Order: sequence, then structure tokens, then C-alpha cells
Amino acid sequence: MDNVYLVSVVKFVMYVAIVLISVILIGWLERRISAFMQNRTGPNRVGPFGLLQILIDVVKLLLKEDIVPKSANKRIHDLAPIISIAVALSTFAVVPFGNTIEMFGSEVKLMIADVNVGILYMLSITSLGVYGLTLAGWASNNKYSLLGGLRSSAQMISYELSMGLSIIGVLMVSGTLRLDQIVLHQTSYLGGWLPAWNIFLQPVAFITFAVAAFAETNRLPFDLPEAEPELVAGYHTEYTGLKFGLFMLAEYSNVITASAVIVTLFLGGWHLPYAEYLGLSPFGLSILQILTFCVKVALVILFFIVVRWTIPRFRYDQLMNLGWKVMLPVAIANVLVTGLVLLVI
Amino acid sequence: MTLQSFLFYLLAVISVGSALLMVTRRNPVIAALYLILNFFALGGLYLTLHAQFIAFIQILVYAGAIMVLFLFVIMLLNLGDVKQLTERVSYKKIIAAGLSFALLMEMLYIFVYAPSDLPTSRFEQAATIGTVEYIGKQLYTTFLFPFEVASVLLLAAIVGAVILAKRRLN
Amino acid sequence: MIVIRLEDLLYSAPLLVLTSSGLLALIAEAAGRDKPVISYYTSLIGVITSLILTFLNLGAGVPVFNNMILQGGYAAYCNLIFLSSALLSIVLSRSYLERMQYHRGEFYVLIVFATAGMMLMAAALDLTIVFLGIELMSICLYVLAGFMRKKELANEAALKYFLLGAFATGFLLYGIALIYGTSGTTNLVVISRSFAQLSGNSLFLIGCGMLIVAFSFKIAAVPFHMWAPDVYEGAPTTVTAFMSTGAKAAAFATFVAVFVRVFDIPGTALSSVLALIAAASMIVGNVTAIAQNNVKRMLAYSSIAHTGYMLSGIAAGNAEGEQGILFYLVAYTFMNIGAFGIVSWVEQQEDRKLKFDDYAGFSARQPAVAVLMSVFMFSLAGIPPFAGFFGKYYVFLAAVKADMTWLAIIGVMTSLVSVYYYLRLVVLMYFCEGESDVAAKVPLAAISAVTLAAVLVILLGIYPSLLVDMTKGFFKI
Repeated sequence: MDNVYLVSVVKFVMYVAIVLISVILIGWLERRISAFMQNRTGPNRVGPFGLLQILIDVVKLLLKEDIVPKSANKRIHDLAPIISIAVALSTFAVVPFGNTIEMFGSEVKLMIADVNVGILYMLSITSLGVYGLTLAGWASNNKYSLLGGLRSSAQMISYELSMGLSIIGVLMVSGTLRLDQIVLHQTSYLGGWLPAWNIFLQPVAFITFAVAAFAETNRLPFDLPEAEPELVAGYHTEYTGLKFGLFMLAEYSNVITASAVIVTLFLGGWHLPYAEYLGLSPFGLSILQILTFCVKVALVILFFIVVRWTIPRFRYDQLMNLGWKVMLPVAIANVLVTGLVLLVI
Repeated sequence: MTLQSFLFYLLAVISVGSALLMVTRRNPVIAALYLILNFFALGGLYLTLHAQFIAFIQILVYAGAIMVLFLFVIMLLNLGDVKQLTERVSYKKIIAAGLSFALLMEMLYIFVYAPSDLPTSRFEQAATIGTVEYIGKQLYTTFLFPFEVASVLLLAAIVGAVILAKRRLN
Repeated sequence: MIVIRLEDLLYSAPLLVLTSSGLLALIAEAAGRDKPVISYYTSLIGVITSLILTFLNLGAGVPVFNNMILQGGYAAYCNLIFLSSALLSIVLSRSYLERMQYHRGEFYVLIVFATAGMMLMAAALDLTIVFLGIELMSICLYVLAGFMRKKELANEAALKYFLLGAFATGFLLYGIALIYGTSGTTNLVVISRSFAQLSGNSLFLIGCGMLIVAFSFKIAAVPFHMWAPDVYEGAPTTVTAFMSTGAKAAAFATFVAVFVRVFDIPGTALSSVLALIAAASMIVGNVTAIAQNNVKRMLAYSSIAHTGYMLSGIAAGNAEGEQGILFYLVAYTFMNIGAFGIVSWVEQQEDRKLKFDDYAGFSARQPAVAVLMSVFMFSLAGIPPFAGFFGKYYVFLAAVKADMTWLAIIGVMTSLVSVYYYLRLVVLMYFCEGESDVAAKVPLAAISAVTLAAVLVILLGIYPSLLVDMTKGFFKI
């Protein structure tokens, strides 16, 4: 019994450490890639290739004064970034980053919490992320912030629907709400050679889910809540120092989580095709699978970054039109078609 | 105290406390936030009863969707002068308080002096009937008809909302 | 496991046909813009087909869909009330809405869906269906009450109805939860088997109390009647006609289905609670109606009074009471919808011509309409030989037989009071000078609808046994 708790704590601590380190790496990567795409140099002074630049930035944020506007609601102003970061970090709890591994003399599932309604957990936690932004906007008592907050709540509600509906397609194919089972379902082969990843079984759902994920993480081309030309910096206009840093941290953690979820639901999770024929020891195979998972997630994150610096921002009405008039019908049609196909098979 | 009952009392205190705070706060946004907290505590209570599906749906639908819209509307209404919303103590309030008190006493009397026999605890079964699979099966077999009626209900509600909210008629 | 049997579908054909016609009308409305007439005819055909199918289905009641609803028998009888109310409202609404410039196809769709909700309420064998039916009906009515969006009174009516209705729904759900918690099931048939044992359980009784609160709100019984006058006044007149007849009958149908057919209440505390509510409704409704100057408000208070009469039938809880309510519902539906129909002809835009005085000298210009209106007023007052008289006769008889003579006495006394305000309208129409007239030429369909209602009021007043015999077999599950 105690062993279970111990394992959970170990997994949790490792996970937070890994996320924090990755955030630093992603931050650096984003700046270098954007610089490359815009024909600039980017940060290159601190450390090799500027790798330590973000660390220095963190120190800077920590040392800055925490300013709360006079007419702001102090408590909620403090609460908002905490909600954001808490939500961003908790979603990952149900994502399996490997199959099982021998640890402490027992077989351990490589996920932090083995919830049997994993997807519901994930959806319900992500649906709370909007509070961080909305409350930040409201508590700042500033027009631009409020508009940013309102935009975020409208946007996230609109895209949550198509997100949920595209997941239903995956659920129908794999017949379970457990994320580890969904990954296991993807480890077989279609026609003996094509890995049965859901991206091949549910291509439409993959596209709608990916678009919704961009919207849910408030990344370009959907970063309306903080659109600089219109709203200064949107919901976090009035944030400085550590609290501002927490919002940034939340954004990157969200990117990591979204990528991990995309990998789990559609890209086969930790599954490396044909790796089971390599004849590795179980432990070696587990390590290989964890590495596979990390590489896949890294690739999706890279995709997130490249998209951000390639596609211009949507206009607000375009965003809503896309969400309600394109994404939602497509996602519903996907569920219908999937149902029909499953009925016929 | 077992973990089970500890969790129960903890969540019960949070849910009752947040409900009281929700009613008594003057600022509607703060009140809404306490309501969200209340939903969380309720979700937690469902979890302790092995009703995972209901627990997460509670958070997903109520805390994650409905309350967001509530906040949205409250913020758009821009209730600058909250004082207008509060009523002075009037004879209506006194009557209401008296009646509520009488009702409370009646209920307490019933719970304390006339304890009723509830059906035997089905806690052992709870783990099986709280699952998504079981609920899904029930919804699509025994309760198929109410399920379909619910869809008509939602359709009627959507049509009604559109009629009332549409910007232009004709 | 077989989820749906073919006979389930056949027995519930009236309900299914009606709902499909609503869906069809909705699709037609979406496809052909600005042609509300399509929606009008679609829903009209749906209601009439459903009415015919219901007539074929009047035999014994059969539980269908896994004991979720009862079709035929009691449900079919109640369906007749709802469907006729819907039919007459739809026919009356067309010319009324055209005149008020609010003629939109969705109106009929909502009426049809509300009627489907009513049919579910009467047919319910499961508390989930009770809830869903009430909600389906209520949500449509909230919107219909505020259908004239630019009218301030209509907005007030819709909002008031919605907020208070949502509050009542809270009571309903809490009651259902307690009943489920104590009995372990939501199925009414199962609950009725263990009712004797459950009725000693205080939590179960609190649950029943909550249900009484919720139902009393829906039937507008005192002290849960506050919404009725404002909503009846603000809503479009034909919607008021529909609300005060169909919706009230539906709420009564569930009330009877739950509290008479399932919960064996005579002699319990619940019965005396109902008697008190009935007495209060009769007194408050009739006394307040005297003070009204607006015909719609007068009819609203009169409907509260009629709620009281009918509730005394439930409170009595015996066979006479049950049959009495069922007869009363039919009589009340036709006389009330007829009265509101005529009010809708006289009414003009922006709530003009709704006062009593606007009926002065009406008989000079519209003798036929004045006669029809007098028929409805006499019947509402309970003067023989109209149907309203026999309705009252049955429920008061039931009260006397159940040793509630005091309730019958209050009923008779307050009925006498009601004669004043009903006949005041008749006196104004016949014995006073005035310019009053109908607002515009009334189409033939509307005239025949109101005439049909008047004919039925007279016919049922002369041959009440036509219906009463039919209702005898409905109270054994």
C-alpha cells in the first residue's frame, strides 16, 4: 500500500522536474527558431548557443517587483496565475509515458495516476484552464485585460466542444476511456504492417483535435486573448514578476501537455512500431518506449512552434466562425461516419 | 477515522461552507467562484462514492462550462454598483427568515426524532454502477426512452433560446 | 436485450407522430424562410393525425418502453385534452399573430413540442419521465410567453415564469431525489407496490411534499400562484389560452398520475395538505378576481380558483374525485380556451382593448360572438346546463363523500362569488352602451374553433356521462 504512494510521489516529482526543465528548453527553442525564421540571430550570449538565456530570464522575473494595480482585486489577481499553472500541470497526470516498468520490485504503470475515466479527467481539468485567464482579466480591472479574459472564455468554450467531439471518435474506435488502454489499442498493426495509430483510423478527428488544441493553449494563430496589436497584452497586461512568469510557465506546460495528449490519442503514445521484434529485455524495451514517447512529444512541440511563427492570427469573428460553423459540424460528422463504419464492420 | 469518512467530512465542510459563502458574498464574481468551489467539493463527494463518471461530468459540465458562461455574463453585465442589488431588511425578508427557520426546525426534528430507515447501503455495488460502462449501458437500454426525450428537450431549448436571442426578426 | 419492441412504437404512435411533425415543421422552417404557413399546416396536420390515433388508442392502458410510459387509457384520455387545446390554440394563433405582426413558424413548433411534453407528463410511469415532460413543456412555454419580444410585459412574463419555474423545478428534483433515495427506484409502479411501507418514512414524505410544491406551482395553486396573473397577462393571448388549459391539464394529469394512481393518499397527511391548498386557491382566486379590470387578469385569477375546485377532487382521493377531475379538465379546457379565443379577437396591438369596459355594448355589433362569450362565462361560473356545472358537481360531491364537507361548502360559497365577475362581462356586453367590436375580420377557421368549443361545452353539460363512463376504468394499474 505504502509502496503505491511512494511510487506516485516519485513519479510526480520526476514529472514536475522534467516539465520545468523542458519549459526552459522549449523557451530557448522557440526564440531560436523564431529568430531563424525571421532571419535574426536570437539569444546567443548566455551559455553555449544562448542555452542559459531563459535561466537568466527566470532570475530576472524572480527579482522584479510584484505590482498589483490599485483598483485590482488583490486576492483574485494572485489566484489567477496559480489556477493557470495548477491546471496546466495536473492534466499530465493521466498521460501514460510508457507501458509498464519493473521498479521497486513491482510492476509499475508509467503514468502518474491510473484513473479509469482518464479522458474525462483530462477534459474536465482542461476545461478549468479558462478560469485562470478569465479571472486574470477581470481582477486586473483594466479594459484590455477584461476583453482578453472574455475572449479567452468564449474561445475556449467554443473549441472545447469540437475537442470533446473529436475525442469521441477515438473512444468509439478503442472502446475505452483509459488512456493506457487507448495506447495499447494502437499497438496492433493494420493489414499486418501499418501501425494502428489513431491518426490513420481517425484522420479527421486528428485534425480537429489538433486545431482545437491550438485554440485551447491560446497559441497563435488563436492567441486572441493576448493579441498585442489590439489588447496590449490581453489578460496578463497587469502582471509582473513571478506571476507573469507563472503565466508563461503555464502556457509552455500547456503546450507540453497538449502535445503529450495528441501523441497519446493519435500518434500511438509510447509505441515504436516493430520495436517489439528487436528482442530487447523488458527493461530495455520500456526505456526505449519512454524515449519514443519523448521524441514524439518533442516533434509535436516543434510543430507547435513552427506553426506559431508561420501563420498569422485569426480575426475574432473568423475564430468564432471556424469554431462553430466548421469545426463543430466536421467533428459531429466524424462521429456519425465513425459510428456508421463501426456498425457495418 | 477512516480515510473514507475523513474525506467525507472534509468535502462536506468545504461544500457547505462554500455554499454559504456563495450566498452571502456581495460581489457576484466572488459568489460565482465559491459556487465553483462548491461544485468541486461535490465532485469530490461523488468520487468517494465511486461515482467517477458523475464526478468528472460534474466538474466538466458545471464548473468547466456552465459557470464559465455565468462568469462571462456577470462580467459583461458590468455590475458596477453592487449595492443596488442588495435589499434592505424588509418585512418580506423577516417573514421569509421566519418561514425558513420553521422549515429548518421541522427538518431537524424529523432527522433527529424520527429517523427514517433508508434502503440498505448499496456501497458495495457502487463501484460497479458508477462506471461509465454501466451508466452507458443503462442509458441505452432501460433508460433509452428518457434519453431520447432529453434530446427533444434540448432541441426545444435551443430553438427557444435562438428565438429569444436572435438579433432580427424576419 | 430487446430495447424497443414494435408494439412500443405502435402504442405510442400519437406521441411519435406529434414529435415528428414538430421536427418536420422545424426543418421546413429552416429551409423555407419567411413562410410560417408551412409550419402552421405541418403542425396542424401533426396534431390532427395524433388526435385521430389517440381516438384509436382509447382502450386499456399499456406500459411501453421498459415501463417508462403508459399509452392508451388514462394517457390517451389526457392526450385528447392536450391535443384539442393545442389544436384550438394553433388555429386561433394564426390570425392573432398575423395581426400582432409576430407570425413566425417557430411558434407552432414550440406549441407542438410543449404538447409532446404534456403527453409525456400524463403518460409517465417513471419519475424521470415526469421531470423530462414537465421541463419539455415548461421550456417551450417560457419562450412562448415571451414570444412578443418587443413588448415589455411579455419580457416580464417570460422572465418571471422562467425564474420561478426553474425554482419549482428545483423542488421537483429534490423531491424526486428523496423519493429515489428512500425507495431505491424511480419507477412509479414499483413505488406504488411499497407505498404502504414507505408512507411511514419521513424522508419519503418530505419528498412527496416537495413534489406537491412543484406541481402546485405548475397548476398555479395558492400559495404558489403569484406568477400566474402576470404571466397570463403578458403572454400572447392565444398562448395564455394554451397555458391555462393544456399546461394546467397536464400538470393536473401528472398530479393525479402520481398522487392518486400511485401514492394512495386518502386519509394521510398529504390529503389534508392538498385540501388546504384547494381551499386557499378557491378563496384567493375568486376574491381577487373581483377586483380585476383587465379581462386577461380576471381569467388568470379565475383559473386559480378553478385550480382550487379541481384540487378538492384530488384531496378527496375517491373515485368520484378522480372522475370528477378528469371531466372537469375537459370542460375547463373548452370553456377557457373559448373565452381566451374571443379575448384575442377583441384585443388590439399594444395591449389595447383588454379592459372590461372594452366589451360594453358588444352584443349590438357582434351578436353571435356575444352569445358564444356568454356561454363560456356561464359555464365558467358553473351555471347549469353547461359543462362547468357538472365539473363542479362531481368534485364537490367527491369532497362530501370523503368527509370534507367544509371544503365543498367553501367551494360553493366561492363559486357564488365568482358569478359576480363572470356575469359582469355578460351584463356589459348586453346591457351597456359602447363602441366595442372585434379588432378585425375573424377568419373562418378561428370562428369554427371557438364554436366547436362552445358546442362541446353545451353537449358535455347535457350528457356528462359521455365522458364520465369512459374514465371509470382508468384508476387501476
